[in-house]
Amino acid sequence: MLAYLIRRLLYALPILIGVNVITFALFFIVNTPDDMARMQLGVKRVTPEAIEKWKAERGYDLPLFWNERAEGAEKLTRTIFFTKSVRMFALDFGRADDGRDIAREIRMRMGPSLAIAVPVFVLGLFAAISFALLLVYFRASYLDFAGVVLCVAMMSVSSLFYIIGGQWLVAKVWHLVPISGYAGGLAAGKFIVLPVVISVFAGLGASARWYRTLFLEEAGKDYVRTARAKGLSERLVLFRHVLRNALIPILTGAVVLIPSLFMGSLLIEAFFGIPGLGSYTIDAINAQDFAVVRAMVFIGSALYIVGLLLTDISYTLADPRIRLQ
Amino acid sequence: MKFVLLWSDALFFLLVVTAIVGGLWARRIEHLRVSWRRVGQSRVAMAAATLLVAFVAVALLDSLHYRERLPGEGENYAVEVRSALDALLAGLRTRTEKTYSAPLATHSFAKETIEGEGRDFPRLKYGGAHLGDELGRHEMDIALRAVQGLALGLIAWLALWLAGAPLRRRATHLAWEAVFATLFALCLVSGVAAALAGGYHVLGTDKVGQDVLYLTLKSIRTGLLIGTLTTLIMLPAALFLGILAGYAGGWVDDVIQYLYTTLNSIPGVLLIAAAVLMMQVVIDTHPDWFATAAERADARLIALCAILGITSWTGLCRLLRGETLKLRELEYVQAARALGVSSLRILTRHILPNVMHIVMIAIVMDFSGLVLAEAVLSYVGIGVDPNTISFGTMINTARMELAREPMVWWSLASAFVFMFALVLAANLFADAVRDAFDPRGAR
Amino acid sequence: MTLLSVRDLRVAIGAARPVDGVSFEIGAGETFALVGESGCGKSLTALALMRLLPEAARIAGGAVQLAGTDLFALPEARMREVRGGRIGMIFQEPATSLNPVMTVGSQIAEALRLHAGSADPRRIVELFAAVGIPDPERRADEYPFQMSGGMKQRVMIAMALAGEPELLIADEPTTALDVTIQAQVLDLLARLAKERGMAMLLITHDLGVVARMADRVGVMYAGELVEIAPRAAFFARPAHPYAQRLFAALPDTASRRTRLATIPGSVPNPAERHAGCRFVSRCAAALPVCGTVPPPWREPAPGHRVRCHLEAVAKIGAGGTAPTATAEQPPPPAEPLLETHALKVHFPIRRGVLQRAVGWVRAVDGVDLSIAAGRTLALVGESGCGKTTVGKAILGLQPVTSGTVKLLGRVREGLAPGEMQMVFQDPFGSLNPRLSIDAIVREGRPDADVPALLRQVGLAPEMAARYPHEFSGGQRQRIAIARALAVAPRLLICDEPTSALDVSVQAQILNLLLDLQERLGLAYLFITHNIAAVEFLAHEVAVMYLGRIVEQGTAEEVLENPRHPYTQALLAAVPKLTGTVGERLLVSGDPPSPAHPPSGCHFHPRCPRAAARCHAAYPATAVISATHWVRCYFPD
Ligand SMILES: Nc1ncnc2c1ncn2[C@@H]1O[C@H](COP(=O)(O)OP(=O)(O)OP(=O)(O)O)[C@@H](O)[C@H]1O
Ligand code: SF4
Ligand code: SF4
Ligand SMILES: [Mg+2]
Repeated sequence: MLAYLIRRLLYALPILIGVNVITFALFFIVNTPDDMARMQLGVKRVTPEAIEKWKAERGYDLPLFWNERAEGAEKLTRTIFFTKSVRMFALDFGRADDGRDIAREIRMRMGPSLAIAVPVFVLGLFAAISFALLLVYFRASYLDFAGVVLCVAMMSVSSLFYIIGGQWLVAKVWHLVPISGYAGGLAAGKFIVLPVVISVFAGLGASARWYRTLFLEEAGKDYVRTARAKGLSERLVLFRHVLRNALIPILTGAVVLIPSLFMGSLLIEAFFGIPGLGSYTIDAINAQDFAVVRAMVFIGSALYIVGLLLTDISYTLADPRIRLQ
Repeated sequence: MKFVLLWSDALFFLLVVTAIVGGLWARRIEHLRVSWRRVGQSRVAMAAATLLVAFVAVALLDSLHYRERLPGEGENYAVEVRSALDALLAGLRTRTEKTYSAPLATHSFAKETIEGEGRDFPRLKYGGAHLGDELGRHEMDIALRAVQGLALGLIAWLALWLAGAPLRRRATHLAWEAVFATLFALCLVSGVAAALAGGYHVLGTDKVGQDVLYLTLKSIRTGLLIGTLTTLIMLPAALFLGILAGYAGGWVDDVIQYLYTTLNSIPGVLLIAAAVLMMQVVIDTHPDWFATAAERADARLIALCAILGITSWTGLCRLLRGETLKLRELEYVQAARALGVSSLRILTRHILPNVMHIVMIAIVMDFSGLVLAEAVLSYVGIGVDPNTISFGTMINTARMELAREPMVWWSLASAFVFMFALVLAANLFADAVRDAFDPRGAR
Repeated sequence: MTLLSVRDLRVAIGAARPVDGVSFEIGAGETFALVGESGCGKSLTALALMRLLPEAARIAGGAVQLAGTDLFALPEARMREVRGGRIGMIFQEPATSLNPVMTVGSQIAEALRLHAGSADPRRIVELFAAVGIPDPERRADEYPFQMSGGMKQRVMIAMALAGEPELLIADEPTTALDVTIQAQVLDLLARLAKERGMAMLLITHDLGVVARMADRVGVMYAGELVEIAPRAAFFARPAHPYAQRLFAALPDTASRRTRLATIPGSVPNPAERHAGCRFVSRCAAALPVCGTVPPPWREPAPGHRVRCHLEAVAKIGAGGTAPTATAEQPPPPAEPLLETHALKVHFPIRRGVLQRAVGWVRAVDGVDLSIAAGRTLALVGESGCGKTTVGKAILGLQPVTSGTVKLLGRVREGLAPGEMQMVFQDPFGSLNPRLSIDAIVREGRPDADVPALLRQVGLAPEMAARYPHEFSGGQRQRIAIARALAVAPRLLICDEPTSALDVSVQAQILNLLLDLQERLGLAYLFITHNIAAVEFLAHEVAVMYLGRIVEQGTAEEVLENPRHPYTQALLAAVPKLTGTVGERLLVSGDPPSPAHPPSGCHFHPRCPRAAARCHAAYPATAVISATHWVRCYFPD
């Protein structure tokens, strides 16, 4: 098992390198730094000097891979690839266009992002599983049918409308909580409730329907028949046998998302004015701040890869078939 | 007048033609016919399909582009590229008010200082203009027009019903009642809308006075294009790589798996954001590539489809790889190998036809997700060109309107209703297709 | 005293009636066997008794009394006390019938808590000991995937016993198991039933199992019972034409290389409605009345009841296509068509960080075979012993690790499609569902004469335009044979070609194989675990155990005078129609894994004759006769 995990860890490395190379290609090969400068400074009236200045300020005035004019190892290190891409492995992301240190900004903004994302993750999982269980318990009845119809309808509504509708309903009609904004510490509570509830609700239809299918598939297996033949009640069959088996793929499937919770949610944070990483990314996109977007892509990928590793680990813990082999 | 064939038009027509040819071809293939017949027997699926066809018809009309000839000497054409739909809805398009007005209103939504009368709600230029001073007739007029519209819709429906009689007789097993029930509702609604649109803004106007009904109808094409072209673009790669990985195994499999795991590791939105940013740089630094603004917006649309395709082929590829792995070990494939059948022939005769149901299911299942994604991405600013009319851009501009007092709800409401209808129909249809094609569900 | 009485039981699935008016009784302590071919409604009958029908099916009528309790009238909560309490049940597939993520001990504890009040760990150990699970304390903490199929089935039995049931329903309890394990499990069931005075409803398709276990027998056909009789009477004088033909269709030594009696056609679809007797379309003795009037129950002897219009039920004769002797056998030709020499196929076991091969599964470990033209070599062995891999390696579908395969004296390189072909086990997996029969038969040779080939395998040429899903298992197997014959091979490798088929259809396929051999001079490598089919078709027999041939000789030599202890055990474990349980040489334990074969003679941990030297080295070949040899130190 340990060997297995080590192997997965070793496999993660080339993937991370691959991600790094792809981002580099996307940001520096598709367009040259000159293009980016021209775009930022306005395409029409731009002088070569302005472009050079823009590049120099951001460290884009180096060669891509090989610096002829540098000495020794600096031939490799004083290049865009090294300073902008390789350094990301050391979590050095450089500075944003407004001059702030990206790494510091990220550390500051992680808290608010997590404050939203973690409750959404936990409650969302819980709500979807409970709803799916309810439908499976009453399977092949009108309740089940109505539930599935509801799920499909909920899936067909854009998340934008959940947010807009929720904001309007709760904050404007009922005047319950502030419509947006954020505060640190305990005061965060009242700002968090609405985005969390809306996110959970927006994701409920799709996940509940998916889990229901998983549960039903599991409920059709032979061992469930055995459990019934033993004389177990339908409730016990569902909770002790079906749930336990179906939860293994559901929970391990969810584990992959846990590290990515740090990234926050673009939409929710933008709508509710939460100063997290999601809104940071959105702002960077709108301001066309390439350095920040590049950093976020890399971090997001790295977190996802960590998630893959966690999935492997949780599988080995949850499933005796893997644990004991 | 000069016809303009935008890239997306060409691809969209190609897609529709492929779908029709594929449909005719599928009728001759036993198992496909059986599966599609199962779809056709489902009432829900047929109702959803009818609605989808109506949407596609709108999008097709909106894909016949042309540039008008300018009056005067020589071959001079207008810079605006218009579509057949624009021509059809010229009334809606040209009758722009100054700013917001509520559905079916005769007066503007906001008070203005009107000369000589102080601050008041000014009369609309077009909405209810035919009433002249007889404002008391407003409600009466609406009711009358609605009744006219209903009658019109009923007549249209009857015509369709009669025209459809031979079809109903020929293919008796299909759920025609669902089709005509849906058509009935569609005809009545469009009849009323058409009748009212003659004198009013049925769904109101937006901030700059554009008719919301017009905007919503124009959004349909964008949504459909994103939903279909993306899959079309990614399909060849997913199919080729997935089957290759599964069938060849060994290092080929390793490389392909590495490829899609790596791509899959980059969070979708961020990859799209980065790619769209970069693409925008390309487009902006080469303004000379595009003759008109429409072409530029179109390039961005297609590029968006390509980017969405690149980020979404991995799932299908993985599925196909797994299925091919399973099929490769099946006894009929072994038997074919024992008979000396070449690998290429095994792939085309035994593997490909037996994974097509997965492809089919993936196409229909992805569609609704992509339509929803378009709205979110455009909203965030990494979707279609801000000048392209789409659900996302509509919501984006309308979003702050809810905060007004009293509230401007009609833009959002119409975007919501149309999108919901489109996505719900797609979801229901996809479910029916999956049930009919998934061999596990068949028994 | 009657324990269970079933009256006019009907089960509906939509419009179909897969069980249609079944009535029988089981006395206390009695074993009642329900036999019938696949799809005749045996399992649904059993599930209906437990009220555990799958969701699509429902009970459409009838009554079930368990010692006076009307089971169909009980509320669900009371019925749960019956399930597992008064009626225990075990299923066909031990591999999937246990919850994979719960230890077997806790699964039994669950049953104990429900029906015995508490889950005393000592009771679990007792139960495990009672069903013959070695080292019960430790094994209770294991998960199902850590156990062999036989052990899992024992766990299932222990679980069924937890509630001390009066009746045990066993639905094909040994079908998924190897013959030697089957013998162990059947012995265990018989012993437990006797010790506990437990009645048993045994469902099976295997008349041998019936002969071995049952007190009384019920024969089902197309949703109905057609005959009920005490075992002895049934085996002495089966009364119903269907039962008689089933017996005649069974291959055995007596029918060696003669045509088996077959039942034409196949079982009717349960959705079909019947006016008269359901067997009429396949019955050679049918009367005009049979097609229109449902046959009445008759009682030719006390306790022996049969449902048939024929008055003279006593002896009807085996039926239309009675066994016919074939021409005398040609002498074996001198030069072998196919020879393998020291054939080895090893699969790597990859472990660790770098996925290096840390060991090898020696699936085939030095196999020498030779087959002459026009002859049948049967390769016999239990599951996992490497039979299929040998076949694929010979054909070239599986790369060999070492050794050679020679065709007519020349080493075969790559595939030899014109020389050898294969017929597979699963009639459903072996035809591409997307292709028409015509395209399938043309697979290997586009210019094949499809109508002639179809006629050759006994199908109508008009069928060429249809698709596989329209055909039954037996017909599919014929199509697969036609596809192989299209390239005119000289050797056909048949991997369990009949084991997925019903007895009556199996006879048709065996007859076809025999015909083809005589007409076309085909050679067969006949891979199977079905000894009866071997007796019927084989000239030579090779017995395989854990990747090696342990005994080889002519069919007479090996089957009548087996010299290797494993062969002897294998043959003894096959349930005989006579039901005689004479001097049985039962081997204990499970076959070991080919990844970790035991030292010395691979068979020694299970061998009743094993001595010290057997642990040390693999025995060399001991020659018995010019054609017969074994690998054992004590070959007698
Ligand atoms: N591709 C493979 N990789 C690893 N092990 C394999 C592979 N194919 C077969 N084996 C192993 O080799 C052994 C022999 O397999 P084989 O399929 O030849 O058995 P068999 O006698 O035909 O069994 P059955 O009666 O169940 O069909 C088994 O232990 C099996 O698990
Ligand atoms: S009733 Fe007639 S058809 Fe049926 S088994 Fe008896 S003789 Fe044959
Ligand atoms: S060699 Fe020994 S262990 Fe092997 S079969 Fe013969 S007697 Fe048994
Ligand atoms: Mg096999």
